[in-house]
Amino acid sequence: MEDGRMRVKCNFSGDQKFLENGRCVSKLESMGFRVGQGLIERFTKDTPRFKDELDVMKFICKDFWTSVFKKQIDNLRTNHQGIYVLQDNKFRLLTHLSAGKQYLEHAPKFLAFTCGLVRGALSNLGVKSIVTAEVSVMPACKFQVMIQKM
Amino acid sequence: FLICVAIRANYPLYIRSVPTQGELKFHYTVHTSLDVVEEKISGVGKALADQRELYLGLLYPTEDYKVYGYVTNSKVKFVIVVDSSNTSLRDNEIRSMFRKLHNSFTDVMCNPFYNPGDPIQSKAFDSIVSTMMVQAC
Repeated sequence: MEDGRMRVKCNFSGDQKFLENGRCVSKLESMGFRVGQGLIERFTKDTPRFKDELDVMKFICKDFWTSVFKKQIDNLRTNHQGIYVLQDNKFRLLTHLSAGKQYLEHAPKFLAFTCGLVRGALSNLGVKSIVTAEVSVMPACKFQVMIQKM
Repeated sequence: FLICVAIRANYPLYIRSVPTQGELKFHYTVHTSLDVVEEKISGVGKALADQRELYLGLLYPTEDYKVYGYVTNSKVKFVIVVDSSNTSLRDNEIRSMFRKLHNSFTDVMCNPFYNPGDPIQSKAFDSIVSTMMVQAC
């Protein structure tokens, strides 16, 4: 009987933690969004106008990433139909966490802000998108950008 | 006289004129100038080099005033309307006015208390525009 009650208690706090985590992650993402908007305004102040969507993505991979993380994106892939995958083999926010699979479950917290950053930057350049991140082996990670047709 | 406007997604964030009366009749001018801006940035029949510039130059002259345009990479449009009789303002002076507007606007964007899309109420922005307009008139 006592065990049963305790088990229910544990489950509840487990769910609560899960919900809190989810709320925090989306809050981080929205903060990143606002910061991305401001940053892109400053970074594109003196650059010539972008030719097309690919030009915008290249800017994010090179200039934007360098200004924020002091390195470029290592690999950009696209299916030319609105999906881009940005691969960073040594993501600065993960390098001090681990060099393999340890702490993999904690990685999303550190990627949420950056996803928002990219989404905010793109939004201010007139590109609506959904940005997600995935990590399989730290410190490499992939950011997936799905362009939303407005 | 002189009017400065900042527009985002087709509605104005900021309108300022010297002298301050008679602003309403310029809303129409500014609105039609937006069409010209759209045309210019969509690059219909224009050389590639022109398309990449932010400064759009003289949008169209009417008998009473001249309208100049400028578009940022973040699709914010700045429009300056000048009295035709004011011939002392040269092209590079207008360019530098747009530069100042763009710089101040960037500062406004980076202010974490400012929500993109809201009207601009920054005192710093106001004072920069005031100084600029006083110099120009």
